[in-house]
Formats: sequence, C-alpha cells, structure tokens
Amino acid sequence: MRNKLLISLTVALSLVLLGCPPKSETASGTAGAAAGGDILVGEYGSLTGTEATFGQSTHNGIMMAADEINAAGGVNGRKIKVITEDDQSKAEEAANAVQKLISQNQVVAVLGEVASSSSIAAAPICQSSKVPMITPSSTNPEVTKKGDYIFRMCFTDDYQGHSLADYVGQTLGVKSAAILTDVKSDYSQGLGHFFEERFTQLGGKVVGRASYAKGDSDFRAQLTSVKGSNPQVLFVPGYYTDIGQIANQAKDLGMTQPLVGGDGWESPKLIEIGGKALEGCYYSNHYFYADTAPAVRNFVEKYKQRYGVTPDALAALGYDTMRVLADAMKRAGGKLDGTSLRDAIAATKDFSGVTGTITLGPDRNPIGKKLVIEEIRNAQLTLKATVEPQANAPAEATATSGTTKTQ
Amino acid sequence: MQELLQNLLNGVAVGAIYALIALGYTMVYGILKLINFAHGDVFMLGSFVGFYAGGWAGTRLHAQGGALGWWTAGGIMLLAMIVCGAVGYLNERIAYRPLRNSPRIASLITAIGVSFLLEYGGQFVFGPDPKFFPLLVEKHLINAGGVATTNYQIIVLVVAIIFMALLQYIIYGTKFGRAMRAVSYNFETASLMGIPTDRVISTTFIIGSMLAAVAGILFGLSYPKIDPLMGIMPGLKAFIAAVLGGIGNVPGAVVGGLIIGVIESFVGGSRFSNFRDAIAFVILIAILLFRPSGLFGKYQAEKV
Repeated sequence: MRNKLLISLTVALSLVLLGCPPKSETASGTAGAAAGGDILVGEYGSLTGTEATFGQSTHNGIMMAADEINAAGGVNGRKIKVITEDDQSKAEEAANAVQKLISQNQVVAVLGEVASSSSIAAAPICQSSKVPMITPSSTNPEVTKKGDYIFRMCFTDDYQGHSLADYVGQTLGVKSAAILTDVKSDYSQGLGHFFEERFTQLGGKVVGRASYAKGDSDFRAQLTSVKGSNPQVLFVPGYYTDIGQIANQAKDLGMTQPLVGGDGWESPKLIEIGGKALEGCYYSNHYFYADTAPAVRNFVEKYKQRYGVTPDALAALGYDTMRVLADAMKRAGGKLDGTSLRDAIAATKDFSGVTGTITLGPDRNPIGKKLVIEEIRNAQLTLKATVEPQANAPAEATATSGTTKTQ
Repeated sequence: MQELLQNLLNGVAVGAIYALIALGYTMVYGILKLINFAHGDVFMLGSFVGFYAGGWAGTRLHAQGGALGWWTAGGIMLLAMIVCGAVGYLNERIAYRPLRNSPRIASLITAIGVSFLLEYGGQFVFGPDPKFFPLLVEKHLINAGGVATTNYQIIVLVVAIIFMALLQYIIYGTKFGRAMRAVSYNFETASLMGIPTDRVISTTFIIGSMLAAVAGILFGLSYPKIDPLMGIMPGLKAFIAAVLGGIGNVPGAVVGGLIIGVIESFVGGSRFSNFRDAIAFVILIAILLFRPSGLFGKYQAEKV
C-alpha cells in the first residue's frame, strides 16, 4: 500500500515537472519581468495544425528580430526572451495559451496570432489582464476593437477586400464573381463581406455563393453549385490548406476561372498543395519577397541565411512586430507595466519596417500600409499590382481612395 | 440537370468510400453485436500506410518524379490492407476478446478507448500536421455531356465495387462465409456445432479492417489531405450509413453509404451547405425514431 502510494506520487510529481516545459529560446538568465532579468515576451501561434506555416513563419521572424535586438545590446541593457506556445491552429487553444503566458509566465506583452479567429479569442484575455497584445497579421477589423491593449501591424480586411474588389472589378473589368467562404473563420467571413460590398458598388454581380468549413476535404458539391452560375472569377478568402484542395477540385470539375483570395493564401505550402491548379490565380499580400526596396532585400537576405528558405509575408510581419515592440519598450524606459507599455506602443510613429513605414492610428491599426497583388505563374509568385494608400489618411478612408498601380 | 447529375456522381464517389468503411462496422456488429468505434481510425491508418509507402516508393523506385503507376499503387494498397488487417486482428485479440463475456457496455467503452489510442497515438507518431498523399496514378479529366469527372472518381467506384463483390462472394459463396453467417445467427449454437468461433471473429475483424484500408487509400487518392484525426468524421458517417441500412446487414451498409454520400453532396451544393456535416446526424436521429432497424434490418420484437 505504501509502495503504491509512493509510486503514484512519484508519477504525479514527474508529470508535473516534465509536463509542458515552456519552449524558450535565446539567451539564458533569471526569469521574471522584474528589473534586471530578461524581459519576457509571450508568443502564441499555430506551430502545428492546418495553418502550421503561419505560426512557423511568424515564429521565425520574431526569433530573428529578438536575436538581432539582443545581439545589439538588448532593450535598455536587458535581453528579450521569447516564450512560445503552440495553439495547434485552434481558437480555443489560443485562448488557453495566452492565459498561460500571462498568468504562469507573466510576460510583459503578447505577440500573435495570424488567424483572426484565434486573435479574437485571445484578445479579451490580454485586455482584461492589461497586457498589451500585438497581432502581426490578423486582418479582421474586430481584433483591435476588443480593447485599447490590442494592436495590429498589418492592414485590415476592409482595406484588403476593397482593394481586391477595386483591382478585380476596375482594373481587370470583371463583372461577375462567385464567393466561397469558410464558415468557421472570422477572417474568411469578413474578407468575403468587404469584397462583395465594394464589388457590387462597382457594378459587379455576385452570381454564386457557397460556404465550407475549415478542414473539409470534399468541396465538389459547393464548387458544382457555383460552377452552374458561371462566374468570371471565384473569390475564395480562405487559408492555404483548403485553397490548394479547392483549386484542385475546381479544375477536376472543369472550372477554368481563376481563383482570387487574400493574404490567408500566403504559405510556402500553397503551391505544393495546389500545384498546377493554381496557375493564373492571384491573391493580395503584405509584401513581395522580390521587392527591390533595401529594407526588404536586406531582410530576405538575412532570413535566407538563417533559415535557408525565402521568407513569406508572415515572417516579415513577425519580424516587424518584434522590432516595433522592442522600440516601444526602449521608449517606455524602465517602466514595462501594462499601461506604460501600451502607451509606448500606441505612440509608434514612422517606424521603418520591412512591410512599410508603421505609424499606429487612434484605432491601434497602422495607417496607410501597402498592399500587393501576386499572381501564381509557373509555380512562382509574380507581382501583379501594388496598391499604395494615400499617405497620412486614416486607414478607413484610404481603403476607398487608394491608387492601384498595375505592373 | 447537369448540376443534378454532377452532384449525384460526386455523392456516389464519396458514398462508395463510406460504404467500404460501413461494411466493417456492420460485419463486426452482425457477429459480436459490438460497435467497433475504432474502425474509423483503422481507415486513417490505411491512409497513413499509403502515405509513407508512397513516399518511400517515390524516392526509391520512381526517383524521376510524377505518378507512381498502377503496379506500385496496387502494391501500396496491398501493404495497407496487410497492416490494417494486422491492426484489426490485434485490436480484437488484445482489446475485445478478453471482454467478450463481460457486459456489452465494457466492450463499447473499450472500443472508444482504442479509437482514442489510435487517434492520439497517431498524432504522436505521425505528427498533427496535415500531410499530402502522394500521386499514385496520373489524373485525367473526363467530360461526359457537361458532367465533369476524373479518372480518380472512376477508380474509386470500380475498386469499391470489386471489393464489395469480393465480400459478397466470401459471405455467400465460401465455407468461411457460411460459418460467419452461422456465428452471426446464433453464437452459442454455432460454437456447439464445432464452428471455431474465435477464428471466425478474428477473420471478420481482419476482413473489415482490410476494407477500411482500401477505403483509406481511395480517400487519399481523391482527397489528398490526411491527418491523424481524419478517421473521426468518415467513421461516424459510415457508422450512420450502417445504421441506416440496418446494422448487421451487408447490402444495407452499401446502400446506406451511397445514400449518405449523395444526400451530403446535394446538401453541400444547396444554400444549406453549412449543414452538410449535420445532415448525416439528422438522418441518424430520424432513423432511430421511425425505423430503428434501418432500411433492410429485420425488426425483432423483444420477448418479455
């Protein structure tokens, strides 16, 4: 009896000790946010699951930035230590991960997610704990509306949807489109809505509409129904895993229309999954990897050296996010409590990042970020158009008055 | 009209896969009155065997890239059947046989446990990320009078029909089949008549799991994204298909699978595409309410 008790105690203890050690990288040092030690920054992301490359790329970008900052002497003499939690591409896990980062690891700020549904699930937790959260690449407008501690580093879906509709409806002169959205994703629903809003304003017609659920494997029924309405383009604002399969099944059904989507397509896996079926399809993105701007060239070079692959937009946004946070922490001086850090992040102005110059507006979204439209040609991404928002205008207004430059 | 035919064709192609899985549920239930909830996960294992074997064959035998060809595809399917057959056998031998004389609920809970073991063991071994099934044979588009299809859908249908016919032959044309039917009819009497019931039950599990492996390969061929939890939904739907056809009834499972596939396809193509996954469960509830014995099952009044 005593023996049994001893064994079960040992097992229980070892489980507690071994269970879920926080994955931390970079320099060692005493934990805690207290003065003197490392500054703990939390990151939650989809390192595994259906959107695995989103989380992995973002993580790479963040780690590269953190290491560069530490190599340059850290923030006010203290090193940054990133604690990463995997949310398995699930919104409910994202909420758990953030809860853990805040209550157990006591991080000073939280970075993440890519998928808007996950950011929307995690944001209220950061808001109520008064820990600033910066999402590198969630585009759904709702994310930053969760409170004044929630910031964003990328453009929003109203701007993205309107710009895409402008491009498709005006520049390409497309008159009819079908929309296929993911019912489980706030991102997909939002982007689909904003695209349709602008597209119909421009005189276009949405002739077919269908929905699927993330993780489905059969899309033929929905595609059959939109095929019947014979649209000129098929707008699919989804994530890359589903997109690759949708493209393939659309081709199987003899559909020749190009698929059009948003930044959720951005993944090195997209072309691997979709293959030839994606030729001639195009999507909007945050940056073009072969951009000639020195900031982009420099970043791509360093990233390739470190990870051996070309960085996607999510890596670039992760990199920018970490650097903006470090910049804000520097400006906040020694005070890294939630309120001081929040105010410092909110005051970010003219920060020169890889994805453009970042100035945060009163709605905690960056003002006037550039958008690119990329086309898939010969299994390569090519730049199709660049949308330059007018400088110094609030994000909402630029969405309708942006100028499109076709390459 | 074209849309109708197209949906029908898509539905039949999915339904054939459900039917193959449903056969495993219904055979095991027919003999043991056990719902083998781990069956959907055996289907997942079949896909993963195909994924790894295909990956290996792709680098070793067909280094030039492209499709693997018919012979390799056949070999991969055979390998998946052997592995899944072995898993089915071990599953019965280790998890269910020791509990055969316990209350039925014990076996049922064990089945759920085995199912979780395979799902999360799969996540541990294969990793939770989706993987992409290798290209077994080159894909061709076929357009017949406005209805578009691929040779994949035709392969799925032909292979499914071959295996169903084979099963029909085993059950009604061989001595083993007769033994199986006898055990299913009355377990005790069959064993008194000298039928080796243990061996019959093991073989039933092996055959059912092999059919699941075939379904796994066909699924990977038509829907190349596979992950360790992929067996849950098709498994549940195949179970519903078996209930719809009358659980324990072999032709019923095939018809049930096809009906579920076609209904899903039509719902998916309508305005209610959100409810596609729900519709199978609505059917389950309706069947249990109005015809608990299923379409082909015999209703047996319980003597009190």
